[in-house]
Amino acid sequence: MSVLNAKIPEGPIKDKWTNHKNKINLVNPANKRLIDVIVVGTGLAGGSAAASLAEMGYKVKAFAFQDSPRRAHSIAAQGGINAAKNYQNDGDSVYRLFYDTVKGGDYRGREANVYRLAEVSANIIDQCVAQGVPFAREYGGLLDNRSFGGVLVSRTFYAKGQTGQQLLLGAYSAMNRQIGKGKIQMYNRHEMLELVIVDGKARGIIVRNLVTGAIERHSAHAVVLATGGYGNVFFLSTNAMGSNVTAAWRAHKKGAFFANPCYTQIHPTCIPRSGDYQSKLTLMSESLRNDGRIWVPKKMEDVEAIRAGRKKPTDLSEDERDYYLERRYPAFGNLVPRDVASRAAKERCDAGFGVNQTGEAVYLDFKSAIERYGKEQATVRGEKNPSKERIIELGEEVVRTKYGNLFQMYEKIVDENPYKTPMMIYPAVHYTMGGLWVDYNLMTTIPGCYAAGEANFSDHGANRLGASALMQGLADGYFVLPYTIGDYLADEIRTGPISTDTPEFDEAEKSVVERIDTLMNINGSQSVDSFHKRLGMVMWNKVGMSRNAKGLEEAIQEIRTIREEFWKDVRIPGSKNEFNTELAKAMRVADFLELGELFAKDALHRNESCGGHFREESVELDGEQKGEAKRDDVNFKYVAAWEWNGDPGAANLHKEDLEFKDIELKQRSYK
Amino acid sequence: MSDKTMNLTLKIWRQKDAKSKGKMETYPVTGISEHMSFLEMLDVLNEQLVVEGKEPVEFDHDCREGICGMCSLHINGEAHGPDRRVTTCQLHMRMFKDGETIYIEPFRAKGFPVVKDLVVDRSAFDRIQHAGGFVSVNTSGNTIDANAIPVPKDDADEAFNAATCIGCGACVASCKNASAMLFVSAKVSQFSLLPQGKVEAKDRVMKMVKQMDLEGFGNCTNTGACEVECPKGISLDNIARMNREYLKASLK
Repeated sequence: MSVLNAKIPEGPIKDKWTNHKNKINLVNPANKRLIDVIVVGTGLAGGSAAASLAEMGYKVKAFAFQDSPRRAHSIAAQGGINAAKNYQNDGDSVYRLFYDTVKGGDYRGREANVYRLAEVSANIIDQCVAQGVPFAREYGGLLDNRSFGGVLVSRTFYAKGQTGQQLLLGAYSAMNRQIGKGKIQMYNRHEMLELVIVDGKARGIIVRNLVTGAIERHSAHAVVLATGGYGNVFFLSTNAMGSNVTAAWRAHKKGAFFANPCYTQIHPTCIPRSGDYQSKLTLMSESLRNDGRIWVPKKMEDVEAIRAGRKKPTDLSEDERDYYLERRYPAFGNLVPRDVASRAAKERCDAGFGVNQTGEAVYLDFKSAIERYGKEQATVRGEKNPSKERIIELGEEVVRTKYGNLFQMYEKIVDENPYKTPMMIYPAVHYTMGGLWVDYNLMTTIPGCYAAGEANFSDHGANRLGASALMQGLADGYFVLPYTIGDYLADEIRTGPISTDTPEFDEAEKSVVERIDTLMNINGSQSVDSFHKRLGMVMWNKVGMSRNAKGLEEAIQEIRTIREEFWKDVRIPGSKNEFNTELAKAMRVADFLELGELFAKDALHRNESCGGHFREESVELDGEQKGEAKRDDVNFKYVAAWEWNGDPGAANLHKEDLEFKDIELKQRSYK
Repeated sequence: MSDKTMNLTLKIWRQKDAKSKGKMETYPVTGISEHMSFLEMLDVLNEQLVVEGKEPVEFDHDCREGICGMCSLHINGEAHGPDRRVTTCQLHMRMFKDGETIYIEPFRAKGFPVVKDLVVDRSAFDRIQHAGGFVSVNTSGNTIDANAIPVPKDDADEAFNAATCIGCGACVASCKNASAMLFVSAKVSQFSLLPQGKVEAKDRVMKMVKQMDLEGFGNCTNTGACEVECPKGISLDNIARMNREYLKASLK
């Protein structure tokens, strides 16, 4: 019997959430005023949770390492947010969204959580519109939708290529309303460095004020971690520079199990890297695959000519191009899920067909879409026999309306005009499906410590579908956690204020101060970034898109070596009692160096290919699916939840078996 | 892609903390690729400073893709540097010439005190939003259906354009009066253009403008510098709209 109890409510899947909400304990409004809740992170999950909890009457303290809650990295999400509204009348339903998400996650998510996510998705859109989020609309004044990978309906709501920004500003405005009323105390430029446990319950956090360096204690009756993902363990990713695992990792070391750390999403459409100085990778939204066609040249001589600058991609005729996604997956074509698209790009580039100097780029071409839209527009406008130039002009205008900011972003970075020449793209680390293990109530294995949004593991299985991260962040924060947390807090109404003047807080603060002093005193010779980059190289080469046992074993050793060297030779200039970015980075990288090992250990133990986890030893050998990932439901149909045991390599594995009662377990096919 | 490199002289504002006096210091950097972003160029400098045992230059940044609004910098006298419609993190070194001297300073405004080196405190923007930058609706999910109120596409698009403001503060830094009118008017416009925001429009504009004045930002004298330097192309029309909204609210 597993120690993990997911607390999934009884009953048919469509009634679980309603029944659960009807049964869980409530806290009366007068008592809510006596209860403190800490929310760490102010992205979609944290921002929406903080606002909702404050509206309900709890006393909320919210923390962000950025200078304003509005800067959390949810802001960078581009493409859209899914919701089962069926406004397009294309047969969408809660069940279909649920089914697509479970299937897209390669049957490694928890059914009950995913169903609830699909169920509340429609409320999110209603809520956001009521808040004044300016979603894209059609000429009739109603909301517009687009399609995303891995699905056959149009259920994605969007605001150009800035959907994350608009949704986050919505959550931020809801927070602002509560901050203005004094119901949320906001701590900007504060970083959580430790979780405080009192009598087995999460009772507070230790934070560092990033401006003054002061170490502060904050107590509460419950702590919510909404601190995002840990993709920056790869150094290069589409995450913001400051995105980190520290809050989640500190909770892990205090007893929160870490689930499926190896499930990482490598997003297929990012701008390829250009040099060693590169500090981050920029995403080009998946929505571009609605209209962009992905290809490489068919002939190696054309690849060579393009690399040498003798030919341009536009010189190649249709016959000379290999639209490999359309070729391999005729049913979904360019809209296959992210994991499939990424592996297919890697396969072509590994075979030598990459179209840039590094050999790591494929084309994303809008020519067909521009012509198609151009002709459509000409017809709409009643222009008879328009010239080719006129068609392109009209078509480019349509594409500009849909994706203008993305095209501009691409042009500024690459210095090429994507209206005239195809974009070059390559996969990059984007999102982590793994995270802190949580039960149906979003509580971790530490009583009173919750995890929401990307920081938890529950909804996306081994692969997240596009436009589902925003949905999950807001579902958790607006509609799930504010209710489920009441069940726990109902027992806290007689607890009274939590004192920070206790041995547990003393001990937690002391450990933080000692960690900082140790780092400051190393006074070595190498910068924090240099270690982070080395870790990232190991992760990308051996724990990245495609993995094998030998590489993973090597990676574990290499990460250990880098970690030991880090603690002997890192150099952090300045002092601890001031604004010191190098120190802040060092604290984060120290935790990444531990997480990286657990990540590789998890990948090593999971000897199957599923979703974003492609194991070279587990491939279909024949039949229609030859060469595709081979999942192993007999041996790995479980969540791997790791318990800290003094060292990442010594972590204990606990398994939560996944039951699929409402969806038949079968091989994913997008052919 | 060709890869030209350049050598540059950087003149950078160094200031230990909010209370200390600051000054410009000179740093040479070499082998800078034209494909680097401006902040990657500063990364190179900082890596060099750390290895030499010197204190790196502090600057704000996070997403590095032009959307979080955290990066700032006055580069050669312009907020976010010489390129248009970009933030500093999207500014590329191909905009500069080999051998050039580049002046890098923090955003300067009374409302944005310096925290350290190139880092400034823009929390005044948050406080203006606390005063009224929202629609008073609870997050219960029990609102009306999202399609119950059709919104004309033009209004929705205009509201969206205003809402793309990233709150970086370039408008304030570019204005000779350090006015925050472009920032505040973008938020006021977004809500006043949408039916959901109209209900509280009067109250909102009065409160936000009052807070803006309390924070020490100057008045708008229509020079239009803010619009030129705004990385998101927020239009001056928003200021006109806010003035109308303010007038309407004052006359009630």
